[in-house]
Amino acid sequence: MEATAAKPSFPAKPKAARSPGYWTMVGRRLRRDPVTMACLALLLAIVLSAVFADLLAPADPYKTSMIRRLKPIGTPNHPLGTDELGRDMLSRLLYGGRMSLVMGITPVLNALAIGGLLGIVAGFFGGRLNMAIMRTMDVLYAFPSVLLAVAISGALGSGLTNAIVALTIVFIPPLARIAETVTTQVRGLDFVDAARASGAGSLTIIRVHLLPNVLGPIFVYASSLISVSIILASGLSFLGLGVEPPQAEWGLMLNTLRQAIYVQPWVAVLPGALIFLTSICCNLASDGLRTAMEVKL
Amino acid sequence: MFTYILRRILYIVPIALGVTLLVFGLVHIAPGDPLNAVVGPDAPAEVVEQLRRAYGFDQPLPIQYLIYLGHVLTGDLGQSVATGRPVAADLGRALANTLVLSIGAALVGFTSGTLLGALAGWHRGGLVDRFATILTLIGVSVPHYWLGMVLVIVLSVELNLLPAMGMAPGGAAGWGFTGEHLAHAVLPVITMSVIPMGIVARSVRATVADVLHQEFVQALRAKGLGRGPVLRHVVRNVAPTVVSVLGLQFGYLLGGSILIETVFSWPGTGFLLNEAIFKRDIPLLQGTILMLGLFFVLLNLLVDIAQAALDPRMRRS
Amino acid sequence: MTSLHRLDPVPDIGGPQQPLLSVGNLTKHFPVRGGLTGPKPVARAVDGVSFSVAKGETLGVVGESGCGKSTTARLLMRLIEPDGGDIVFDGETVGTRSGLSLRELRRRMQMVFQDSYASLNPRLTIADSLAFAPMVHGVSRRDATAVAGDLLGRVGLDPGTFMGRYPHELSGGQRQRVNIARALALRPRLVILDEAVSALDKSVEAQVLNLLVELKRQLDLTYIFISHDLNVVHYISDRVLVMYLGKVAEVGPVEAIYGRPAHPYTRALFSARLSMDPDERTAAAPLQGDPPNPINPPSGCRFRTRCPHATGVCAEREPVPMDLGGGHIVACHLHDSASGHPEAHAYA
Repeated sequence: MEATAAKPSFPAKPKAARSPGYWTMVGRRLRRDPVTMACLALLLAIVLSAVFADLLAPADPYKTSMIRRLKPIGTPNHPLGTDELGRDMLSRLLYGGRMSLVMGITPVLNALAIGGLLGIVAGFFGGRLNMAIMRTMDVLYAFPSVLLAVAISGALGSGLTNAIVALTIVFIPPLARIAETVTTQVRGLDFVDAARASGAGSLTIIRVHLLPNVLGPIFVYASSLISVSIILASGLSFLGLGVEPPQAEWGLMLNTLRQAIYVQPWVAVLPGALIFLTSICCNLASDGLRTAMEVKL
Repeated sequence: MFTYILRRILYIVPIALGVTLLVFGLVHIAPGDPLNAVVGPDAPAEVVEQLRRAYGFDQPLPIQYLIYLGHVLTGDLGQSVATGRPVAADLGRALANTLVLSIGAALVGFTSGTLLGALAGWHRGGLVDRFATILTLIGVSVPHYWLGMVLVIVLSVELNLLPAMGMAPGGAAGWGFTGEHLAHAVLPVITMSVIPMGIVARSVRATVADVLHQEFVQALRAKGLGRGPVLRHVVRNVAPTVVSVLGLQFGYLLGGSILIETVFSWPGTGFLLNEAIFKRDIPLLQGTILMLGLFFVLLNLLVDIAQAALDPRMRRS
Repeated sequence: MTSLHRLDPVPDIGGPQQPLLSVGNLTKHFPVRGGLTGPKPVARAVDGVSFSVAKGETLGVVGESGCGKSTTARLLMRLIEPDGGDIVFDGETVGTRSGLSLRELRRRMQMVFQDSYASLNPRLTIADSLAFAPMVHGVSRRDATAVAGDLLGRVGLDPGTFMGRYPHELSGGQRQRVNIARALALRPRLVILDEAVSALDKSVEAQVLNLLVELKRQLDLTYIFISHDLNVVHYISDRVLVMYLGKVAEVGPVEAIYGRPAHPYTRALFSARLSMDPDERTAAAPLQGDPPNPINPPSGCRFRTRCPHATGVCAEREPVPMDLGGGHIVACHLHDSASGHPEAHAYA
């Protein structure tokens, strides 16, 4: 090496052809999976119709009308009928999607950041720090998720923010646990030791060697939680713990329409059907993502 | 084995303490003066002061926690703000009613889930497998409170086959093994059993398929063993996983019953929680959460011990 | 202007007579979970190991799996913190304030691991994996990439073909060549090869061994070669160290160890090996059973539970290392005439 490192002999050939990277391969496999692509398309449609609710909604979602209460599906001007206060169902379902999606997705993102960080730190540094973090998580894990969500938001009181805080706390322990498991696994691999042996500091090793290998699995797990989170979030509203009336939110709509099941049963179940549809798409998309990410690389 | 059980029991002590700490904290994350959670907002000032001392709210937090812990350990869960009755008494009745639902749902969900999962895993890729996969997907994706409503609409409102609300005619709140009681339990039990059925079926399917693919089973088959003996080996290897899933799911049933009980007006712990939330009855909320949380911790302990009894490898890790 | 000066070779300090590495009383006890009462049990993975490596030689380390070979390697690299003992690199003590820093030690000493796949980050291209260490030491990305290309050429891989590839696209032999290249990136003086060729096919193993010999000559390297394969160790080593249950049983020149093994363990180890040369065959009985548990190792001599010559003294006292001459050192009461072992005089 004496001679060459001092006067490096550059490879004479032009820069080598680069093999496709991991995420390119995952993208390719996803595109070849029709079920997942269909689910992703449907989810995109749901998200877009929630985002552009004010453009798409045919009527004011808050405008009540005593004479137009509980009209059936197919009523002129009200294609999906009206609710117990005579408000247009289609408009309320579009607006309701906004709240339900925000309430469902935000906690998972928050927990992904907090729980993921805690788990990676616990897994990478191990020892007492790991003990302290993971035992705290165990305490939160001692509650079934619904119960923990109800307990916290029940104590905090109703409201969008409180519900999001409660659900975030619910999802931190499972994400921390998965992050800790994956991190511990990767940290035990020889390439991490090789990196330490090259004199690199912890931060560099985490950035270059750890994160690229652990973020994928943590991300997939988080994506599988979105469906649970949406069901739970609407469930809190259903119990009167999430958003407050007259806000439109699928779970809350389901709750207020509960009295109407004898009059307009098929209008009453519409918000729940949307929760179901969103949740099933999330589950299938998450499964597809998991399969696509099992590329050996 | 004995040391293992002892170690597990010692291990849940800090967890159980953590649970009490968290439940204790609920009073303090509630907005406003914690006393507002105990007395109504219109109580006279001197009563409030008196109560503040009586409850120890004038003490520093760690002392307050110890006082609370002392009450809990002696079985005193405080008094309901709304009714003035001791929380423990109401809780006992409600817990019994929730157990009726949970055990019913567990029986239905676990049997159907185990059967479905085992069949699907044994005949992987077959028709049963595909059916099970779809059913599992529905089980884990459906908002069960909504499923309850749909079942009520179809079977009660449209077909008028089963009662939609309550535990017995006339809003009676005790369980008995009468036809009426059973009829009232059918819909909530079915609704509740959907999630455990899906999850149990999924994990049983995965474990059975996994075990069937392992070399020792292939070797058994190659040795010419018939279905019966192979099945016995599979059962023995699948049992620990299944037991742990069952235990956890039973805990989730207990904890998750609040939504179902609300849909069906079932007078259990969920109903109690709902009431506590609406009336901002914090002692009732605390007591119910504490009981359900401790129940879940205990259940996890039993699952661990059962698992160790079934799988000697677990004892060492 | 390049940043390559940061990889300038480390100059020799003590001259050829001073050992490149000397290890004294290296110890690592791993805590293990035990009962609820009593002292915390430990696994004595490495228990007072001392040896030295001369400049330019290859020291082979052999022993059954679990005898502490790999732990010793990781202790030397300080990938595991030792409980005790000291490491002196070319006269400089590692880890003391006046001595050699960890970072400097790791420039002088590098390691190749057994699992060629697990030792490469699957998300990095070969070029990025090779450039990582130089960049950590302040070499610019451009220069580091050039170094990577040069290193690939040295280990017999075409840079144009392999720079942009990912580890899973390479064969086991190619990956292990990359790992060797990576270990050389910081221009170390000592390379620890921990079962580095054990997982390879026999034909590939031979090629990689030849590459190692060639690189050693070209780059003036010193090797610690850990392997359970006695034939490979015989081929590549100048001296051989035999480990048993966290302790050094015997160490000496390769001809001495293979020709006149002195420790009953070494003899038993070699009797399990097929040899074409009748002179190399030993009369000792092959090893029976598994090595004892390192959590509660036997008292006195650790090998006594499997040793055909074991007597009372072996359980009472730990044998002292004896020099049989020519640097052939053995820790066995048989070779210590003062030990009180009834058969001792026959050997001494």
